[in-house]
Amino acid sequence: MWEVFKKEIRSFLGSFIAYIVMGVFLAITGLFMWIIKGNNVLDLGVASLQVMFNIAPYILIFLVSAITMRSLSEERRLGTIEILTTRPVSDFSILMGKYLAAVALIVFTLLPTLFYYYTIQQLADPLQGTDSGATWGSYFGLILLAASYASIGLFASSLTDNQIVSLIISMVLCFFWYGVLSLLGDIKALDAIGKSLEWFSLDFHYQSISRGVLDTRDVIYFFGFIATFLGATKMAFESRKW
Amino acid sequence: MSIQVNNLSKKYGQQLALDSISFSIPSGEVVGFLGPNGAGKSTTMKILTGYIPASSGDASVCGLDLAEQSLEVRKLVGYLPEHNPLYLDMYISEYLLFAAGIAGVKNTKKALEMAIELTQLGPERNKKIGQLSKGYRQRVGLAQALIHDPKVLILDEPTSGLDPNQVVEIRNVIKNLGSEKTVLLSTHIMQEVEAMCNRVILINKGKIIADNTLEGLKETAPSDSLETIFRNLTGHVGSI
Repeated sequence: MWEVFKKEIRSFLGSFIAYIVMGVFLAITGLFMWIIKGNNVLDLGVASLQVMFNIAPYILIFLVSAITMRSLSEERRLGTIEILTTRPVSDFSILMGKYLAAVALIVFTLLPTLFYYYTIQQLADPLQGTDSGATWGSYFGLILLAASYASIGLFASSLTDNQIVSLIISMVLCFFWYGVLSLLGDIKALDAIGKSLEWFSLDFHYQSISRGVLDTRDVIYFFGFIATFLGATKMAFESRKW
Repeated sequence: MSIQVNNLSKKYGQQLALDSISFSIPSGEVVGFLGPNGAGKSTTMKILTGYIPASSGDASVCGLDLAEQSLEVRKLVGYLPEHNPLYLDMYISEYLLFAAGIAGVKNTKKALEMAIELTQLGPERNKKIGQLSKGYRQRVGLAQALIHDPKVLILDEPTSGLDPNQVVEIRNVIKNLGSEKTVLLSTHIMQEVEAMCNRVILINKGKIIADNTLEGLKETAPSDSLETIFRNLTGHVGSI
């Protein structure tokens, strides 16, 4: 598993995907937090990272899909999947190696934003400080959310040997589970059905964790979500054996 | 027996790719796997390396059952798939170290040196795979297959698409390996069989139609060339 993990990380760093993802993420969140007029931190005068945590899920839909789009589809296109799967490693550890590499890259992308948090702490009213519970909760939620996106992305790339198709499938699925399902809860006509569908959305649980209250139900939801998509990935990956 | 295959069949949907084939290869033999395109050569090799399961029948490598002890079998087998798939953006030694790692080799550095030595990749070792000529890419593929010093080598058309000089070089590499390993290689080229193999298994439309030593095959029709024997056996009567 770690051999595959190491190879993936090397290929992220070698193919510039890593730098592009990190650069784009920092640039967009930085713009929204500090520069774009309207509700940036300085205009609002509120010492919180909320602006970033509100837009990050949408940026990550694109970026995480871009990270995972090649992971299995490229192996299939090149035919190297045949070498990989005939080595003494199980299919599960190949997938986990690839999945954990994607998650590691995302965590690494989020790390520099801790500098924003430091800045905000310096700007905050010394008597009140910042809401550290909500901030750490939001970080935790964002990582779980991105890890869920990564499981969707890996699943999408197991379906096709075309990276672009994989990217599009992944973005559509991520947007559906994050955005579309949570919007259903707002539709009055759907009433209770909409509300219960909303419970299945990633956004619902992300918002819940972001409040800084760690509810095991939310954590279980995310882990269940990831396990489901990794299981589906494994099934698609092993479809050659059918 | 290094490789033992009993009544192996493979169906792709409705299409029968392998129809109950059986053969066994003792250790230390170099066996040529011959047949027209689509005869089932690659399918057999994919099953023996554990890439796809058989529909029925069983096979074992070095006494280990393919279905039950798949991971154990894979440690003993080196595999060069058809078309020699490679990561073009990796460096040779980077790729071979990775290959050694996933093959479960402990001392990957030592395995790398051994594989580079055997395939004579030395002069090119610091290049990216994408920059290599086809002959050298083939050597990288071969190096990947033997990096963990496997007992059995399965090579799917190891010399296809190479120029005559490269063909001779790769043949020599394989011939040298044949002295200590069991090799099963597929090819269309008769001279290749004559140059490397002790034995020939001929397969057509999923069935084995000849399994003989090279001398034995020639004796069946002493006046004909191997090509003619091949054409006759696969149903294209008449010499070329």
